[in-house]
Amino acid sequence: MAGIKTSSDFEFMLGNHAIAEGAIAAGCRFFAGYPITPANEISERMSERLPEVGGKFIQMEDELGSIYAIIGASLAGVKAMTATASAGYNYMQEGIEFAVATETPIVIVDVMRIRGAEQPTHADIMQVRWGAAGDHEMIVLAPSSVQELFDFTIEAFNLSEKYRNPVVVLSEMTISLMREKIRIPHPEEITIVNRKHPTVPPEKFFPFEAEEDGVPPMARFGEGYRVLYTINPHDKRGMITGDLEIYEKLYQRIIEKIIRNLDDIVKFKEYFIEDADIAIVTYGSEARAALEAVRMARAEGIKAGLLKLITVWPFHDALIRSLAERVKKIIVPEINIGKYYREVQRACEGITKVVSLPINRGRMHSPKEILSKIRSEM
Amino acid sequence: MAHPNLNYLRPGSLPHMYCPGCGVGQILNCLIYAVKELDLDMNKVVTIGGVGCTSRIPAYFNTDAIHGIHGRNLAFATGVKLANPELSVLVIMGDGDCAAIGGNHLIQAARRNLDVTVIVNNNMNYGMTGGQVSPTTPTGATTTTTSRGNIEKPFDLCKLVEAAGGTFISRWTTAHIPQLINSIKRGIMHRGFSFIEVVAQCPTQFGRYALGLRDPVENLRWLRENSVTKTQAEKMSEEELRGKIIVGDFVEKDEPTLVEQYEVILKKAQLIQR
Repeated sequence: MAGIKTSSDFEFMLGNHAIAEGAIAAGCRFFAGYPITPANEISERMSERLPEVGGKFIQMEDELGSIYAIIGASLAGVKAMTATASAGYNYMQEGIEFAVATETPIVIVDVMRIRGAEQPTHADIMQVRWGAAGDHEMIVLAPSSVQELFDFTIEAFNLSEKYRNPVVVLSEMTISLMREKIRIPHPEEITIVNRKHPTVPPEKFFPFEAEEDGVPPMARFGEGYRVLYTINPHDKRGMITGDLEIYEKLYQRIIEKIIRNLDDIVKFKEYFIEDADIAIVTYGSEARAALEAVRMARAEGIKAGLLKLITVWPFHDALIRSLAERVKKIIVPEINIGKYYREVQRACEGITKVVSLPINRGRMHSPKEILSKIRSEM
Repeated sequence: MAHPNLNYLRPGSLPHMYCPGCGVGQILNCLIYAVKELDLDMNKVVTIGGVGCTSRIPAYFNTDAIHGIHGRNLAFATGVKLANPELSVLVIMGDGDCAAIGGNHLIQAARRNLDVTVIVNNNMNYGMTGGQVSPTTPTGATTTTTSRGNIEKPFDLCKLVEAAGGTFISRWTTAHIPQLINSIKRGIMHRGFSFIEVVAQCPTQFGRYALGLRDPVENLRWLRENSVTKTQAEKMSEEELRGKIIVGDFVEKDEPTLVEQYEVILKKAQLIQR
């Protein structure tokens, strides 16, 4: 298991191991975690692999310890990740708030499971968006295959470094515990993004003064910049302030650095959308069943299409609206009580009808179930 | 002429937010004397606070710093120290951060012998929020949430950290300035988990509600009169020691630190790889 796997391009790999390998390929050299099923194989793999590449692993006393340890490591200049499952993500929300406020790049893997048991779900789709106190935007990527777990984990690191925001890889028990064939790209094929570094000496540096893209450069601890990272309202020097105008502007910028760059951040894939009358909008494992359902519908002569969202947050209103303008109806299948549907419906208000297709019994939809909904909505 | 220690404070951070006569200023002053006398490279120091009056020290002390999450100081410190072992990590917190919300992080960091220096201002109550009872408030004391007297027993933080595995442990009060500076210096130089408890006055809250003393000088006198050195304490009965603050350097042990142990793991992993 030396370095990045290059001995063979193809591997038959467990989803959780693909997350670990993707992280290492992205340059992650610190991992802190707390045991929870179905995320344990990520910690186990990281504990084995990180020392081989000179990185550090620690099993912390709880999820709070884990999230703050990775923030500490990131502030010290090391790319860092933690992994948990739904109930553990609850605890991490506290630290996510700090990472948002101090613009600390971190990656959090949430392998979603139903409450109190190990069954697949999309129940955290709103928790990962809103589950932190205070105003914030989140970047959340939802893979639907083992290959995507690898690829999107790299993308998650790149986005967190570029925008200095926490990024979530929203996995699911099904994908994380599945083994599939994946192709490990050669290191030279992998794009690595690193945070911007100050170009001026400490006495001229304002750690929270953004550049054109809304993102300030970031110094590592120990370089002499002596930066204060505080959750309190802070000015461009990082100093705590009671000035509410500065507070308002700070969070305006922290939010705008994400929403002004939607086209760069939001990634998606379209299948059979060009001439579609009816479109499925979904993410994660549901996109697999949905694609099969769309193919079955096409075989029956129904012009169905699929918009698979890779980036589920931030929500790209214009992208969804432009789809709504092209189709007569949108179906949103999800493994929960129908949560993301509301967001799609909000964006499509007055343009086209949006129908929810929820399943909340610890399993994904079968393609036939989605097909039958397509038929009934035509 | 500027004060010779002013360069240890973050430019533009004054005036500070502390009440007149607060013990936090003394603790910050002792910390500054300690790092100055050790001639530490201040560019390699990271100071980590949580939430509360004491935890605001990193906003004034001119180093790389983390501030603003209650009790998680040592969790941050674990990541910082493992990521870059060359950094000197100072963890500054109050008794709420340390003994209540962050209690688990405290004992786990001590158990790991994480190579950081912890300075805890034990003012026996939650000062910033209005003088509520804390895990170090003496039994019977009146606070804003124990108006009929505290029914709980206080933690002996030094004993707690010793049992958890801390390898340098001291306790002083703000009436023992030279001793405190000396112990902070020894704590910073010690390899491993250093824990320095400072029992300090909070004239605005604990002094007023629990001791009936509003004058800071009266509060300091109370601290001095109620302190006994560990040598004196050895000759005293349990009855005589009740309510007394035992001060001194209690523990100094040479044990491998978390980072040193991890270096062994790194070597093993890389040997096998080759």
